[in-house]
Amino acid sequence: MSRRRWLAVSPLGAGWAAVLAAQEHAHNAMRSAAPAALSALSAAEAMEISAIASQIIPSGESPGAREAGVIYFIDRALATFDTGKRALYTKGLEEAERKRAELFPGSRSIAELATDQQIRLLEAIESTEFFEQVRTHSIMGFFGNPSYGGNRDLVGWKLIGFEDRFHFEPPFGYYDGPGGTMGNP
Amino acid sequence: MKQYPPSEEVDFLIVGAGAAGGVMAKELSTAGFSVVVLEQGPYLGEKDFEHDEIKYTMLSAMTNDLGRQPHTYRNSEAARATVPGAKVVQYGRQVGGGTVHFTANYWRLWESDFRQKSKWGGVAGASLADWPISYADLEPYYTKAEEELGVSGLAGANPFEAWRSKPYPLPPLPVKSSGVIFERATRKLGLHPFPAPMAILSQPYRGRGTCAHCGFCEGFGCEVRAKSSTLGTVIPVAERTGRCEIRPDSYTRKIETGADGRVRGAVYFDANRREVFQRAKAVVVCANGSETPRLLLMSKSSRFPQGLANSSGLVGKHLMVDCGFEAFGIFEHPLNEFKSVQTTRVIHDFYEPDPKRGFHGGGGIDARFDFYPISFALSGLPKDAPRWGREWKKMVGHNFARTLTLEAHATCLPQERNSITLDPDTKDDWGLPAMRVTFDYHPDDGSNMKYLLARQVEILEATEAQKIWTDMTDLSLLPHNHLLGTCRMGDDPKTSVVDRYHRAHDVSNLFLVDGSSLVTACCQPTCTIQELAYRAAEHIAGQAQKAAI
Repeated sequence: MSRRRWLAVSPLGAGWAAVLAAQEHAHNAMRSAAPAALSALSAAEAMEISAIASQIIPSGESPGAREAGVIYFIDRALATFDTGKRALYTKGLEEAERKRAELFPGSRSIAELATDQQIRLLEAIESTEFFEQVRTHSIMGFFGNPSYGGNRDLVGWKLIGFEDRFHFEPPFGYYDGPGGTMGNP
Repeated sequence: MKQYPPSEEVDFLIVGAGAAGGVMAKELSTAGFSVVVLEQGPYLGEKDFEHDEIKYTMLSAMTNDLGRQPHTYRNSEAARATVPGAKVVQYGRQVGGGTVHFTANYWRLWESDFRQKSKWGGVAGASLADWPISYADLEPYYTKAEEELGVSGLAGANPFEAWRSKPYPLPPLPVKSSGVIFERATRKLGLHPFPAPMAILSQPYRGRGTCAHCGFCEGFGCEVRAKSSTLGTVIPVAERTGRCEIRPDSYTRKIETGADGRVRGAVYFDANRREVFQRAKAVVVCANGSETPRLLLMSKSSRFPQGLANSSGLVGKHLMVDCGFEAFGIFEHPLNEFKSVQTTRVIHDFYEPDPKRGFHGGGGIDARFDFYPISFALSGLPKDAPRWGREWKKMVGHNFARTLTLEAHATCLPQERNSITLDPDTKDDWGLPAMRVTFDYHPDDGSNMKYLLARQVEILEATEAQKIWTDMTDLSLLPHNHLLGTCRMGDDPKTSVVDRYHRAHDVSNLFLVDGSSLVTACCQPTCTIQELAYRAAEHIAGQAQKAAI
């Protein structure tokens, strides 16, 4: 087993029941024709967190956090297996808003800032525990299994060329294929 | 499946249904004995396993859960132990144990591993010792384990490999791009790459199917039963005897001792947290190198006030873990390392210690990809790369398919100061004392890891990598999956906990069979843990048939 890849993983410690709850929640939300409802975050908080997530994983040449539904992943995480992180979001967002007001007097919300202003704000808070948590959750929502409500249309996996399949055949990559082997060892 | 009432005295009670416990259950039940296996985790099957990185990697669905079963950590006895931010020890917690989610590296030890002390002399600050048994004693059981469980590899391909009586039962798995790149570079350097021996089927074998190369081995359960876990191999055989009951969700809290000093069975919490006492003529603890000493220390009695089987005071001491740094390279074309098994090529050129290096230790190096999508996006880019935003996203998109890892699997020296004990303050959800981990590397371990890292970089420099970087994260704070040495084997009851057949020196009907028995540690232990179990089971069955337990 490797070690390094566990490093960035926050210990959630919520157990399996919470995972099932999160998946059930996402499943129901996807089946429902109504717009996805928020469980843990208020609409105003969701707007702000979504604006942050959308600078962490911006849209542009390819879909970003917004198209992947990352905010819905985060909301469900905070309502199910990661309830322990709710307070960090509340406190962290308050501090981020204070920093916004300091950097951009007269501004009303992170969501309403221009893109370059949003980036400047995130640069100012990128060493905080709050930013690290939003980054981790955004990445989980963008690259995780779609059953948790994010990674819609598999946009995260398409970005990196990952395919979730049950069967592959060699050659797996360029170097074990005819172009790359120069004589397969 | 056979079910025994707890009041019935079974021949053997096994604690832990993992790498060793599964083998013991099969061997003892097929030898005609009645067996109950207590497993703290659930009984899952192929239908339960998923390709879900969040569930298994982040939510501990198949491993110990720091939320319900906290452990504490300190780097020395002088420090106060606290619950760490992430797990320091990690073990499989379901029927099949760690063999369900392991990468399935299946390396035999070298002959010299069993006589490190006499070959190299002592190492200051370490408790280096010879094993009481030799490679020759174990070779038949290595062969038996490979054949019974199903291991893919190529005999003779590793010129340093110890002698073997039979080839691997299955040919190697197909080489991946990482293996091709690694093989070419190591040969250029005069090294000796060989196909990774893996407990994963490269061909159909004994009713099980071939690996489908889905890529979800490390940290995941195999959905097609191609991984040779005890769950997919020996445990079903044990159950089919009609003499073995696997009892999941059964968390053992104490082994009971009678007035005669013999063990009588064990008390465990069932799924509803009711206490149940299962009677047995003998107890075999296979709970891994962290939970086995914890259980013995929790099983104090008036007769064994220091903990069961602990007259030496060495229960829990000499904890050894997995060591090794990683080096990375980026390549022009996609490797697509997310496909198929984690690793296909290995070298053992630096495995043997060499006094000329100025420290004790060695290790193997393999080529692999150590990430799934989330973990890669979190931490897979070079250290000088951005961590978020447009450029970061572009690099994640480009690099995921093009990154190669070289990982070292290195010596961990045994030190008495590194231990598993009971935390005096912290309790788990069941009210039991939390495991307290005291661990720090021996200076030679650090020197060895750096030495191997320099070799990893040399190998990458012999490839066409466009960029190379290394990671020297403080490994003592990362989850360790190889938990070894805490009830070491030896002939002298003053300096060891179990004898050469895994019988506790202090208690004639108590056996400890798992990673805790290992005297020294290098690299990949599961293969050795399982062959020790085959050997122990044969001896224990013979003794039981002669009523000598």
